[in-house]
Amino acid sequence: MRLLIALLSGALFGSGLYISGMTDTNKVQGWLDVFGQWDPTLAFVMGGAIIPMAIAWQLTRVAKRPVSGGSFPPAPMPELDRRLIVGSVLFGMGWGLAGLCPGPSVASLSFGGVPGLVFLAAMLAGMGFAPMVKARLDRAVPAE
Amino acid sequence: MQPEWIMGLIGGLLIGLAGAVFLLGNGRIMGASGIIGGLVDGSGHSDKWDRLIFLAGVFAAPMALMGFVGTPETNATDNIAVLIAAGLLVGVGTRIANGCTSGHGVCGISRLSFRGIIATVFYILAGGLTMVFFRHLLGVI
Repeated sequence: MRLLIALLSGALFGSGLYISGMTDTNKVQGWLDVFGQWDPTLAFVMGGAIIPMAIAWQLTRVAKRPVSGGSFPPAPMPELDRRLIVGSVLFGMGWGLAGLCPGPSVASLSFGGVPGLVFLAAMLAGMGFAPMVKARLDRAVPAE
Repeated sequence: MQPEWIMGLIGGLLIGLAGAVFLLGNGRIMGASGIIGGLVDGSGHSDKWDRLIFLAGVFAAPMALMGFVGTPETNATDNIAVLIAAGLLVGVGTRIANGCTSGHGVCGISRLSFRGIIATVFYILAGGLTMVFFRHLLGVI
C-alpha cells in the first residue's frame, strides 16, 4: 500500500512538473530574472500546487491517521536558524545558475541529456557533502 | 503566453495533488530534496523503497506524457562548470535548509509554516540576485 501510494504520488509529481513547464530551465530562470524577459509561469505553478496541499493539511485534522497507517507529520517548528537561511541562500544561487531544482532534475532526466546528468551528479555529491558542511556551520561562531 | 500559464496552473494542481496523496496516504511531506537526500546520506534507509518508488514515478511519468503535451526540452546550459557549481549548491543548500521548492515551497507555505515561508523568500531572493549578477553583469548564464 505504501509503495503504491508513493508511486502514484511520484507519477503525479513528475507529470505536474513536466506539464507545468518546470522542467524547462528557461521558465524557471525567466521567473527569477525580474530585469529580463520576466516569465510569470512559476507563480501559477506555485499557486496551483498550494491549493490542493492546503486542503490536504486541513484534512489531516479530520482524519485520524494516514491511509497506510503511522501518523501525520508534527507541527512545523516556529523558530528560524542559521541552517535554514544559509542553506536557502546557497540553494537559491544554484537554482538561479542552472534553473533546476531537485524535483525537475529527476523529472527531466529522460530527456535532459548530458547537462541533466552532470547537474544531477553534482547535486547528489552536494547532498553527500551536506552533513560535513552542516557540522562546520554549527561550529562557526555566531556573528553578533 | 496564455496556454503557458494555463499549463502552469494545471501542472501546479497536479503537483499539489501529488503532495496531498503523499501526506494523506503515507503521512509524509513530499519534499524532493529530502526524499533524494535521505537516500544519499543514509538517513532515509528505513523507508528507502518508498523513496525509490516515488522517484521512479517522477522519472517515468514525463516519458509517458511525451508526445501528448509539452516539449521534452530542458534548455539547460551546456556550460559544465556552471552545471557542476549549480548542482553542488542545490545539493548542499537544500540539505542544510532541510527543504527545497517542493518541501518548503509547496508543502510549507500551504500549512503557513514560518520556516517554509522564510526559506522560500530567501531562495527566491538569492536566485533573483544570481540572475542579476551572473546574467546581466557577468553574462555567464
